[in-house]
Amino acid sequence: MALQSLDIVRRSATTLPPPQIRETPEVAKLIDISKCIGCKACQAACMEWNDLRDEIGANFGSYQNPPDLSAESWTLMRFNEVEVDGRLEWLIRKDGCMHCAEPGCLEACPSPGAIVKYANGIVDFVEENCIGCGYCETGCPFNIPRISRRDHKAYKCTLCSDRVTVGLEPACIKACPTQALVFGTKEMMKLHAEDRITDLKQRGFKNAGLYDPAGVGGTHVMYVLPHADRPEIYSGLPKNPRISPMVSLWKGIAKPLALAMFGLSFLLGFFHYMAVGPNEVRERGESSERN
Amino acid sequence: MAVLMDEQNELIVRHPLRERVVHWSVAILFFLAGLSGLALFTPHLFFLSTLFGGGPWTRILHPWLGLAMFALFAALAALEWRHNYLTPDDRQWLRQPGDSFSGRERRLPEAGRYNAGQKVLFWVMVACMALLLLSGPAIWYQYFAWGLPVWLRRLAAAVHAIAAFVLIEGIIVHIYASVWVRGSIRGMMRGVVPSTWARYHHPAWYREMTRQ
Repeated sequence: MALQSLDIVRRSATTLPPPQIRETPEVAKLIDISKCIGCKACQAACMEWNDLRDEIGANFGSYQNPPDLSAESWTLMRFNEVEVDGRLEWLIRKDGCMHCAEPGCLEACPSPGAIVKYANGIVDFVEENCIGCGYCETGCPFNIPRISRRDHKAYKCTLCSDRVTVGLEPACIKACPTQALVFGTKEMMKLHAEDRITDLKQRGFKNAGLYDPAGVGGTHVMYVLPHADRPEIYSGLPKNPRISPMVSLWKGIAKPLALAMFGLSFLLGFFHYMAVGPNEVRERGESSERN
Repeated sequence: MAVLMDEQNELIVRHPLRERVVHWSVAILFFLAGLSGLALFTPHLFFLSTLFGGGPWTRILHPWLGLAMFALFAALAALEWRHNYLTPDDRQWLRQPGDSFSGRERRLPEAGRYNAGQKVLFWVMVACMALLLLSGPAIWYQYFAWGLPVWLRRLAAAVHAIAAFVLIEGIIVHIYASVWVRGSIRGMMRGVVPSTWARYHHPAWYREMTRQ
Protein backbone atom coordinates (compact mmCIF):
# COMPACT_ATOMS: atom_id res chain seq x y z
CA MET A 1 0.00 0.00 0.00
CA ALA A 2 1.12 3.52 -0.73
CA LEU A 3 3.55 5.10 1.66
CA GLN A 4 4.36 8.80 1.83
CA SER A 5 4.49 10.35 -1.61
CA LEU A 6 8.01 11.59 -1.02
CA ASP A 7 9.26 8.02 -0.95
CA ILE A 8 7.98 7.18 -4.42
CA VAL A 9 10.54 7.52 -7.22
CA ARG A 10 8.57 5.97 -10.08
CA ARG A 11 4.87 5.67 -10.71
CA SER A 12 3.18 3.67 -13.47
CA ALA A 13 1.58 5.52 -16.42
CA THR A 14 3.04 8.78 -15.17
CA THR A 15 5.32 10.64 -17.54
CA LEU A 16 7.03 13.05 -15.18
CA PRO A 17 8.93 12.04 -12.04
CA PRO A 18 7.14 12.28 -8.68
CA PRO A 19 8.73 14.19 -5.78
CA GLN A 20 11.95 12.45 -4.83
CA ILE A 21 14.35 14.74 -3.05
CA ARG A 22 14.70 12.56 0.02
CA GLU A 23 17.65 10.19 0.00
CA THR A 24 16.77 6.72 1.17
CA PRO A 25 19.25 3.85 1.19
CA GLU A 26 18.29 1.00 -1.12
CA VAL A 27 17.30 -2.19 0.61
CA ALA A 28 17.64 -5.76 -0.60
CA LYS A 29 16.73 -9.28 0.36
CA LEU A 30 19.51 -11.79 -0.13
CA ILE A 31 18.53 -15.41 -0.68
CA ASP A 32 21.44 -17.77 -0.10
CA ILE A 33 20.45 -20.91 -1.95
CA SER A 34 23.29 -22.88 -0.41
CA LYS A 35 21.84 -22.38 3.05
CA CYS A 36 18.19 -23.03 2.23
CA ILE A 37 16.76 -26.30 3.59
CA GLY A 38 13.35 -25.94 1.88
CA CYS A 39 11.36 -25.79 5.13
CA LYS A 40 8.88 -23.27 3.68
CA ALA A 41 8.80 -21.25 6.90
CA CYS A 42 9.07 -18.18 4.63
CA GLN A 43 6.00 -19.28 2.70
CA ALA A 44 4.04 -19.76 5.91
CA ALA A 45 5.22 -16.42 7.32
CA CYS A 46 4.22 -14.66 4.09
CA MET A 47 0.72 -16.14 4.27
CA GLU A 48 0.40 -15.22 7.90
CA TRP A 49 1.67 -11.66 7.76
CA ASN A 50 -0.31 -10.82 4.62
CA ASP A 51 -3.43 -12.76 5.69
CA LEU A 52 -3.51 -14.91 2.58
CA ARG A 53 -4.86 -18.43 2.21
CA ASP A 54 -4.37 -20.11 -1.14
CA GLU A 55 -6.61 -22.91 -2.30
CA ILE A 56 -5.54 -26.33 -1.04
CA GLY A 57 -4.35 -28.06 -4.19
CA ALA A 58 -3.33 -31.60 -5.10
CA ASN A 59 0.05 -33.26 -4.72
CA PHE A 60 1.77 -33.41 -8.08
CA GLY A 61 4.76 -35.47 -7.02
CA SER A 62 6.94 -32.70 -5.65
CA TYR A 63 7.53 -30.94 -2.37
CA GLN A 64 6.58 -27.81 -4.26
CA ASN A 65 3.23 -26.69 -2.95
CA PRO A 66 1.24 -24.87 -4.27
CA PRO A 67 2.38 -25.75 -7.79
CA ASP A 68 2.81 -22.12 -8.84
CA LEU A 69 2.70 -18.55 -7.60
CA SER A 70 -0.82 -17.15 -7.41
CA ALA A 71 -2.69 -14.07 -6.30
CA GLU A 72 -2.70 -15.64 -2.81
CA SER A 73 0.81 -17.13 -2.84
CA TRP A 74 3.38 -14.37 -3.19
CA THR A 75 6.38 -16.54 -2.52
CA LEU A 76 6.99 -20.17 -3.39
CA MET A 77 9.76 -22.68 -2.79
CA ARG A 78 10.51 -24.22 -6.17
CA PHE A 79 12.09 -27.67 -6.02
CA ASN A 80 13.92 -29.40 -8.83
CA GLU A 81 16.52 -32.08 -9.34
CA VAL A 82 19.42 -31.53 -11.71
CA GLU A 83 22.60 -33.38 -12.53
CA VAL A 84 25.58 -31.07 -12.20
CA ASP A 85 29.05 -32.45 -13.09
CA GLY A 86 27.76 -36.00 -12.75
CA ARG A 87 26.25 -35.38 -9.30
CA LEU A 88 22.58 -35.16 -8.49
CA GLU A 89 21.64 -31.88 -6.89
CA TRP A 90 18.34 -31.11 -5.27
CA LEU A 91 17.86 -27.42 -5.90
CA ILE A 92 15.44 -25.29 -3.95
CA ARG A 93 14.77 -21.70 -4.88
CA LYS A 94 12.49 -19.27 -3.10
CA ASP A 95 10.65 -17.59 -5.98
CA GLY A 96 8.84 -14.27 -5.81
CA CYS A 97 9.09 -10.68 -6.97
CA MET A 98 12.68 -9.59 -7.65
CA HIS A 99 11.91 -5.86 -7.14
CA CYS A 100 13.81 -4.82 -10.26
CA ALA A 101 15.43 -1.40 -10.48
CA GLU A 102 13.81 -1.18 -13.93
CA PRO A 103 10.52 -3.00 -13.41
CA GLY A 104 8.88 -4.43 -16.54
CA CYS A 105 5.50 -4.52 -14.75
CA LEU A 106 5.65 -0.78 -14.07
CA GLU A 107 6.72 -0.08 -17.64
CA ALA A 108 3.71 -1.98 -19.02
CA CYS A 109 1.06 -0.75 -16.55
CA PRO A 110 -1.47 1.65 -18.14
CA SER A 111 -3.09 2.84 -14.91
CA PRO A 112 -1.53 5.86 -13.18
CA GLY A 113 -0.17 4.92 -9.77
CA ALA A 114 -1.19 1.25 -9.82
CA ILE A 115 2.49 0.29 -9.60
CA VAL A 116 5.01 2.37 -7.72
CA LYS A 117 8.70 2.09 -6.98
CA TYR A 118 9.84 3.46 -3.66
CA ALA A 119 13.14 5.21 -3.15
CA ASN A 120 14.35 2.20 -1.16
CA GLY A 121 13.92 0.03 -4.26
CA ILE A 122 10.72 -1.82 -3.36
CA VAL A 123 8.24 -2.19 -6.23
CA ASP A 124 4.69 -2.21 -4.93
CA PHE A 125 1.25 -2.75 -6.43
CA VAL A 126 -1.44 -0.30 -5.31
CA GLU A 127 -4.54 -2.40 -5.79
CA GLU A 128 -6.96 0.56 -5.48
CA ASN A 129 -5.55 1.90 -8.74
CA CYS A 130 -5.26 -1.48 -10.48
CA ILE A 131 -7.68 -1.95 -13.39
CA GLY A 132 -6.99 -5.67 -13.83
CA CYS A 133 -5.76 -5.57 -17.42
CA GLY A 134 -2.92 -8.06 -16.88
CA TYR A 135 -0.30 -5.96 -18.67
CA CYS A 136 2.04 -6.31 -15.65
CA GLU A 137 2.15 -10.05 -16.27
CA THR A 138 3.09 -9.34 -19.86
CA GLY A 139 5.80 -6.89 -18.81
CA CYS A 140 7.48 -8.93 -16.05
CA PRO A 141 10.68 -10.72 -17.16
CA PHE A 142 10.38 -13.12 -14.19
CA ASN A 143 6.73 -14.23 -14.57
CA ILE A 144 5.73 -13.06 -11.10
CA PRO A 145 2.52 -10.96 -10.94
CA ARG A 146 -0.81 -12.75 -10.85
CA ILE A 147 -4.29 -11.35 -11.45
CA SER A 148 -6.80 -12.65 -8.94
CA ARG A 149 -9.79 -14.32 -10.56
CA ARG A 150 -11.80 -13.24 -7.56
CA ASP A 151 -11.34 -9.47 -7.68
CA HIS A 152 -9.40 -8.92 -10.96
CA LYS A 153 -6.56 -7.11 -9.23
CA ALA A 154 -2.86 -7.85 -9.59
CA TYR A 155 -0.88 -9.21 -6.64
CA LYS A 156 2.71 -10.07 -5.84
CA CYS A 157 5.29 -9.88 -3.06
CA THR A 158 5.42 -6.39 -1.53
CA LEU A 159 8.79 -7.09 0.15
CA CYS A 160 6.62 -6.35 3.21
CA SER A 161 6.75 -2.63 2.38
CA ASP A 162 4.39 -2.09 5.33
CA ARG A 163 6.94 -3.66 7.69
CA VAL A 164 10.02 -2.16 6.07
CA THR A 165 8.65 1.36 6.30
CA VAL A 166 8.45 1.07 10.09
CA GLY A 167 11.91 -0.45 10.38
CA LEU A 168 11.02 -4.14 10.49
CA GLU A 169 12.42 -6.84 8.24
CA PRO A 170 10.09 -8.69 5.84
CA ALA A 171 8.10 -11.56 7.38
CA CYS A 172 9.94 -14.25 5.39
CA ILE A 173 13.30 -13.03 6.70
CA LYS A 174 12.04 -13.15 10.26
CA ALA A 175 10.89 -16.74 9.84
CA CYS A 176 13.96 -18.22 8.14
CA PRO A 177 15.63 -20.68 10.59
CA THR A 178 18.95 -21.00 8.73
CA GLN A 179 19.56 -17.37 7.79
CA ALA A 180 19.40 -18.31 4.16
CA LEU A 181 17.31 -15.15 3.96
CA VAL A 182 18.86 -11.91 5.10
CA PHE A 183 17.73 -8.34 4.68
CA GLY A 184 19.44 -4.96 4.86
CA THR A 185 20.77 -2.21 2.66
CA LYS A 186 21.67 -3.38 -0.80
CA GLU A 187 25.28 -2.42 -0.20
CA MET A 188 25.47 -4.52 2.97
CA MET A 189 23.79 -7.44 1.25
CA LYS A 190 26.35 -7.36 -1.53
CA LEU A 191 29.18 -7.41 1.02
CA HIS A 192 27.51 -10.28 2.85
CA ALA A 193 27.11 -12.14 -0.44
CA GLU A 194 30.82 -11.70 -1.20
CA ASP A 195 31.72 -13.52 2.02
CA ARG A 196 29.30 -16.29 1.22
CA ILE A 197 30.66 -16.66 -2.31
CA THR A 198 34.26 -16.84 -1.06
CA ASP A 199 33.19 -19.54 1.35
CA LEU A 200 31.36 -21.49 -1.37
CA LYS A 201 34.33 -21.27 -3.70
CA GLN A 202 36.60 -22.66 -0.99
CA ARG A 203 34.19 -25.54 -0.64
CA GLY A 204 34.49 -26.41 -4.33
CA PHE A 205 31.64 -24.43 -5.93
CA LYS A 206 33.96 -22.68 -8.34
CA ASN A 207 31.13 -20.96 -10.21
CA ALA A 208 29.41 -19.59 -7.13
CA GLY A 209 28.23 -16.04 -7.59
CA LEU A 210 25.70 -13.31 -6.94
CA TYR A 211 22.55 -12.99 -9.02
CA ASP A 212 21.80 -9.28 -9.40
CA PRO A 213 21.00 -9.12 -13.12
CA ALA A 214 22.13 -5.93 -14.87
CA GLY A 215 19.55 -6.31 -17.67
CA VAL A 216 16.84 -5.00 -15.33
CA GLY A 217 19.16 -2.50 -13.63
CA GLY A 218 19.86 -4.89 -10.77
CA THR A 219 17.28 -6.28 -8.37
CA HIS A 220 16.34 -5.74 -4.75
CA VAL A 221 16.01 -9.45 -4.22
CA MET A 222 19.32 -11.16 -4.94
CA TYR A 223 20.44 -14.76 -4.88
CA VAL A 224 23.71 -16.36 -3.90
CA LEU A 225 23.88 -19.19 -6.42
CA PRO A 226 26.35 -22.08 -6.04
CA HIS A 227 26.16 -22.43 -9.85
CA ALA A 228 25.87 -18.82 -10.91
CA ASP A 229 27.06 -19.65 -14.43
CA ARG A 230 23.82 -21.56 -15.01
CA PRO A 231 20.97 -19.74 -13.20
CA GLU A 232 18.43 -21.51 -15.42
CA ILE A 233 18.95 -24.81 -13.57
CA TYR A 234 17.28 -23.21 -10.54
CA SER A 235 13.74 -23.80 -11.81
CA GLY A 236 14.24 -21.56 -14.82
CA LEU A 237 15.77 -18.45 -13.28
CA PRO A 238 16.45 -16.36 -16.42
CA LYS A 239 20.11 -15.93 -17.33
CA ASN A 240 19.86 -12.43 -18.80
CA PRO A 241 16.47 -11.07 -17.79
CA ARG A 242 15.44 -7.82 -19.41
CA ILE A 243 12.25 -6.09 -20.45
CA SER A 244 11.15 -7.78 -23.68
CA PRO A 245 11.73 -5.68 -26.84
CA MET A 246 8.03 -6.26 -27.62
CA VAL A 247 7.07 -4.55 -24.35
CA SER A 248 9.59 -1.72 -24.93
CA LEU A 249 8.12 -1.17 -28.38
CA TRP A 250 4.53 -1.29 -27.21
CA LYS A 251 4.87 0.69 -24.00
CA GLY A 252 8.00 2.68 -24.83
CA ILE A 253 8.59 4.34 -28.17
CA ALA A 254 5.12 3.56 -29.59
CA LYS A 255 3.35 5.86 -27.12
CA PRO A 256 4.94 9.23 -27.96
CA LEU A 257 5.41 8.27 -31.60
CA ALA A 258 1.74 7.42 -32.11
CA LEU A 259 0.58 10.61 -30.39
CA ALA A 260 2.97 12.69 -32.51
CA MET A 261 1.76 11.02 -35.69
CA PHE A 262 -1.91 11.61 -34.83
CA GLY A 263 -1.14 15.27 -34.17
CA LEU A 264 0.83 15.54 -37.38
CA SER A 265 -2.03 14.00 -39.36
CA PHE A 266 -4.46 16.63 -38.07
CA LEU A 267 -1.99 19.39 -38.97
CA LEU A 268 -1.44 17.97 -42.44
CA GLY A 269 -5.19 17.84 -43.00
CA PHE A 270 -5.60 21.42 -41.85
CA PHE A 271 -2.85 22.77 -44.09
CA HIS A 272 -3.94 20.67 -47.03
CA TYR A 273 -7.41 22.18 -46.79
CA MET A 274 -5.91 25.64 -46.45
CA ALA A 275 -3.74 25.16 -49.56
CA VAL A 276 -6.05 23.16 -51.83
CA GLY A 277 -9.47 24.16 -50.60
CA PRO A 278 -12.60 22.04 -50.80
CA ASN A 279 -12.80 19.53 -53.60
CA GLU A 280 -15.99 20.66 -55.27
CA VAL A 281 -17.59 19.57 -58.51
CA ARG A 282 -16.04 21.67 -61.26
CA GLU A 283 -17.88 22.53 -64.41
CA ARG A 284 -16.27 21.84 -67.75
CA GLY A 285 -13.95 24.57 -68.98
CA GLU A 286 -12.30 25.25 -65.62
CA SER A 287 -8.54 25.27 -65.37
CA SER A 288 -8.22 21.94 -63.58
CA GLU A 289 -9.78 20.05 -66.44
CA ARG A 290 -8.03 17.30 -68.28
CA ASN A 291 -6.24 18.63 -71.37
CA MET B 1 -30.78 1.69 -58.88
CA ALA B 2 -33.31 4.44 -58.58
CA VAL B 3 -32.68 7.86 -60.05
CA LEU B 4 -34.58 10.52 -58.16
CA MET B 5 -35.10 14.15 -59.06
CA ASP B 6 -34.94 17.23 -56.92
CA GLU B 7 -35.51 20.76 -58.15
CA GLN B 8 -32.05 21.58 -59.40
CA ASN B 9 -30.35 18.33 -60.02
CA GLU B 10 -31.20 14.68 -60.32
CA LEU B 11 -30.11 12.63 -57.33
CA ILE B 12 -28.58 9.19 -57.49
CA VAL B 13 -28.82 6.71 -54.65
CA ARG B 14 -25.24 5.93 -53.61
CA HIS B 15 -25.69 4.25 -50.24
CA PRO B 16 -28.99 2.49 -49.53
CA LEU B 17 -30.32 2.62 -45.96
CA ARG B 18 -28.92 -0.77 -44.96
CA GLU B 19 -25.42 0.29 -45.93
CA ARG B 20 -25.70 3.62 -44.12
CA VAL B 21 -26.95 2.01 -40.90
CA VAL B 22 -24.07 -0.46 -40.91
CA HIS B 23 -21.52 2.23 -41.80
CA TRP B 24 -22.56 4.58 -39.01
CA SER B 25 -22.78 1.76 -36.48
CA VAL B 26 -19.19 0.85 -37.30
CA ALA B 27 -18.26 4.53 -37.02
CA ILE B 28 -19.84 4.90 -33.58
CA LEU B 29 -18.24 1.71 -32.32
CA PHE B 30 -14.91 2.81 -33.79
CA PHE B 31 -15.02 5.87 -31.59
CA LEU B 32 -16.03 3.90 -28.49
CA ALA B 33 -13.49 1.12 -28.99
CA GLY B 34 -10.85 3.62 -30.11
CA LEU B 35 -11.22 6.02 -27.20
CA SER B 36 -11.29 3.21 -24.64
CA GLY B 37 -8.27 1.61 -26.31
CA LEU B 38 -6.31 4.87 -26.37
CA ALA B 39 -6.99 5.24 -22.63
CA LEU B 40 -5.19 1.94 -22.05
CA PHE B 41 -2.47 2.76 -24.58
CA THR B 42 -0.87 5.92 -23.28
CA PRO B 43 -0.90 7.71 -19.91
CA HIS B 44 -1.52 11.03 -21.67
CA LEU B 45 -4.93 9.73 -22.71
CA PHE B 46 -5.80 7.71 -19.60
CA PHE B 47 -8.31 10.45 -18.72
CA LEU B 48 -10.49 9.05 -21.52
CA SER B 49 -11.25 6.12 -19.21
CA THR B 50 -13.53 8.55 -17.32
CA LEU B 51 -15.90 8.43 -20.30
CA PHE B 52 -16.35 4.72 -19.74
CA GLY B 53 -16.80 4.80 -15.97
CA GLY B 54 -13.18 4.58 -14.84
CA GLY B 55 -10.19 2.33 -15.43
CA PRO B 56 -11.65 -1.08 -14.55
CA TRP B 57 -14.83 -0.39 -16.55
CA THR B 58 -12.72 0.69 -19.53
CA ARG B 59 -10.81 -2.59 -19.25
CA ILE B 60 -14.08 -4.54 -19.06
CA LEU B 61 -15.85 -2.72 -21.91
CA HIS B 62 -13.07 -2.28 -24.46
CA PRO B 63 -12.94 -5.88 -25.74
CA TRP B 64 -16.72 -6.06 -26.12
CA LEU B 65 -16.80 -2.74 -27.98
CA GLY B 66 -14.02 -4.06 -30.20
CA LEU B 67 -15.86 -7.29 -30.90
CA ALA B 68 -19.04 -5.41 -31.77
CA MET B 69 -17.05 -3.12 -34.06
CA PHE B 70 -15.50 -6.14 -35.75
CA ALA B 71 -18.85 -7.88 -36.25
CA LEU B 72 -20.40 -4.80 -37.85
CA PHE B 73 -17.29 -4.11 -39.88
CA ALA B 74 -17.51 -7.66 -41.21
CA ALA B 75 -21.05 -6.89 -42.37
CA LEU B 76 -19.90 -3.64 -43.97
CA ALA B 77 -16.96 -5.37 -45.65
CA ALA B 78 -19.29 -8.03 -47.03
CA LEU B 79 -21.43 -5.31 -48.62
CA GLU B 80 -18.46 -3.43 -50.08
CA TRP B 81 -16.05 -6.26 -50.86
CA ARG B 82 -16.75 -6.67 -54.56
CA HIS B 83 -16.68 -2.90 -55.19
CA ASN B 84 -13.09 -2.73 -53.99
CA TYR B 85 -11.17 -4.95 -56.37
CA LEU B 86 -8.26 -2.97 -57.81
CA THR B 87 -8.26 -2.56 -61.60
CA PRO B 88 -5.38 -1.56 -63.94
CA ASP B 89 -6.92 1.94 -64.05
CA ASP B 90 -6.70 2.06 -60.26
CA ARG B 91 -3.01 1.23 -60.38
CA GLN B 92 -2.49 4.18 -62.75
CA TRP B 93 -4.60 6.35 -60.41
CA LEU B 94 -2.24 5.48 -57.55
CA ARG B 95 0.77 6.51 -59.66
CA GLN B 96 -0.52 10.10 -59.82
CA PRO B 97 -0.58 11.21 -56.17
CA GLY B 98 0.03 14.81 -57.18
CA ASP B 99 -3.22 14.91 -59.10
CA SER B 100 -5.29 13.09 -56.49
CA PHE B 101 -4.00 15.16 -53.56
CA SER B 102 -4.58 18.45 -55.36
CA GLY B 103 -8.04 17.39 -56.54
CA ARG B 104 -7.29 17.51 -60.27
CA GLU B 105 -9.61 14.59 -60.81
CA ARG B 106 -10.05 14.97 -64.54
CA ARG B 107 -6.39 14.14 -65.04
CA LEU B 108 -6.86 10.86 -63.22
CA PRO B 109 -8.16 7.62 -64.75
CA GLU B 110 -11.93 7.47 -64.35
CA ALA B 111 -12.98 6.18 -60.94
CA GLY B 112 -15.70 3.58 -60.50
CA ARG B 113 -17.97 3.35 -57.48
CA TYR B 114 -14.86 3.88 -55.37
CA ASN B 115 -11.59 5.45 -56.45
CA ALA B 116 -8.26 3.70 -55.94
CA GLY B 117 -7.51 5.63 -52.75
CA GLN B 118 -10.77 4.52 -51.20
CA LYS B 119 -10.09 0.95 -52.27
CA VAL B 120 -6.61 0.89 -50.74
CA LEU B 121 -8.03 2.32 -47.54
CA PHE B 122 -10.70 -0.41 -47.55
CA TRP B 123 -8.10 -3.18 -47.74
CA VAL B 124 -5.92 -1.53 -45.08
CA MET B 125 -8.98 -1.42 -42.81
CA VAL B 126 -9.72 -5.09 -43.52
CA ALA B 127 -6.14 -6.04 -42.62
CA CYS B 128 -6.14 -3.96 -39.43
CA MET B 129 -9.47 -5.33 -38.28
CA ALA B 130 -8.26 -8.90 -38.86
CA LEU B 131 -5.06 -8.25 -36.89
CA LEU B 132 -7.01 -6.63 -34.06
CA LEU B 133 -9.37 -9.59 -33.85
CA LEU B 134 -6.50 -12.08 -33.84
CA SER B 135 -4.36 -10.25 -31.28
CA GLY B 136 -7.15 -8.98 -29.02
CA PRO B 137 -8.17 -12.25 -27.35
CA ALA B 138 -4.53 -13.04 -26.51
CA ILE B 139 -4.47 -9.99 -24.23
CA TRP B 140 -8.10 -10.28 -23.09
CA TYR B 141 -7.13 -11.31 -19.64
CA GLN B 142 -10.50 -12.15 -18.26
CA TYR B 143 -11.36 -14.93 -20.68
CA PHE B 144 -8.57 -15.90 -23.04
CA ALA B 145 -5.11 -14.87 -21.92
CA TRP B 146 -4.95 -17.43 -19.07
CA GLY B 147 -2.24 -19.95 -19.70
CA LEU B 148 -1.06 -18.45 -22.97
CA PRO B 149 2.73 -18.28 -23.21
CA VAL B 150 3.98 -14.86 -22.21
CA TRP B 151 5.87 -14.28 -25.49
CA LEU B 152 2.62 -14.65 -27.38
CA ARG B 153 0.88 -12.14 -25.13
CA ARG B 154 3.74 -9.69 -25.61
CA LEU B 155 3.62 -10.13 -29.38
CA ALA B 156 -0.17 -9.78 -29.38
CA ALA B 157 0.01 -6.57 -27.34
CA ALA B 158 2.50 -5.03 -29.79
CA VAL B 159 0.53 -6.17 -32.85
CA HIS B 160 -2.73 -4.90 -31.34
CA ALA B 161 -1.23 -1.47 -30.71
CA ILE B 162 0.33 -1.18 -34.18
CA ALA B 163 -2.83 -2.35 -35.98
CA ALA B 164 -4.93 0.08 -33.97
CA PHE B 165 -2.53 2.90 -34.78
CA VAL B 166 -2.75 2.20 -38.52
CA LEU B 167 -6.54 1.89 -38.27
CA ILE B 168 -6.88 5.25 -36.52
CA GLU B 169 -4.56 6.94 -39.03
CA GLY B 170 -6.64 5.42 -41.82
CA ILE B 171 -9.84 6.76 -40.29
CA ILE B 172 -8.29 10.23 -39.87
CA VAL B 173 -7.59 10.17 -43.62
CA HIS B 174 -11.11 8.83 -44.30
CA ILE B 175 -12.81 11.55 -42.24
CA TYR B 176 -10.65 14.29 -43.73
CA ALA B 177 -11.39 13.09 -47.26
CA SER B 178 -15.12 13.14 -46.53
CA VAL B 179 -14.87 16.76 -45.41
CA TRP B 180 -12.59 17.71 -48.29
CA VAL B 181 -14.68 16.12 -51.03
CA ARG B 182 -17.86 18.16 -50.73
CA GLY B 183 -21.04 16.12 -50.98
CA SER B 184 -19.62 12.87 -49.59
CA ILE B 185 -21.08 13.31 -46.12
CA ARG B 186 -24.54 13.85 -47.56
CA GLY B 187 -24.00 10.73 -49.65
CA MET B 188 -23.38 8.64 -46.55
CA MET B 189 -25.86 10.42 -44.28
CA ARG B 190 -28.89 10.77 -46.59
CA GLY B 191 -27.77 8.19 -49.13
CA VAL B 192 -27.99 10.32 -52.27
CA VAL B 193 -25.57 12.33 -54.39
CA PRO B 194 -26.27 14.81 -57.21
CA SER B 195 -25.63 13.38 -60.66
CA THR B 196 -23.07 16.13 -61.33
CA TRP B 197 -21.18 14.94 -58.26
CA ALA B 198 -21.25 11.35 -59.46
CA ARG B 199 -20.16 12.35 -62.97
CA TYR B 200 -17.28 14.39 -61.62
CA HIS B 201 -15.91 12.15 -58.87
CA HIS B 202 -16.93 8.70 -60.05
CA PRO B 203 -17.54 8.91 -63.83
CA ALA B 204 -17.34 5.17 -64.51
CA TRP B 205 -19.84 4.48 -61.75
CA TYR B 206 -22.11 7.28 -63.04
CA ARG B 207 -22.23 5.71 -66.50
CA GLU B 208 -22.98 2.33 -64.99
CA MET B 209 -25.85 3.83 -62.95
CA THR B 210 -27.40 5.72 -65.84
CA ARG B 211 -26.98 3.06 -68.51
CA GLN B 212 -29.93 1.05 -67.23
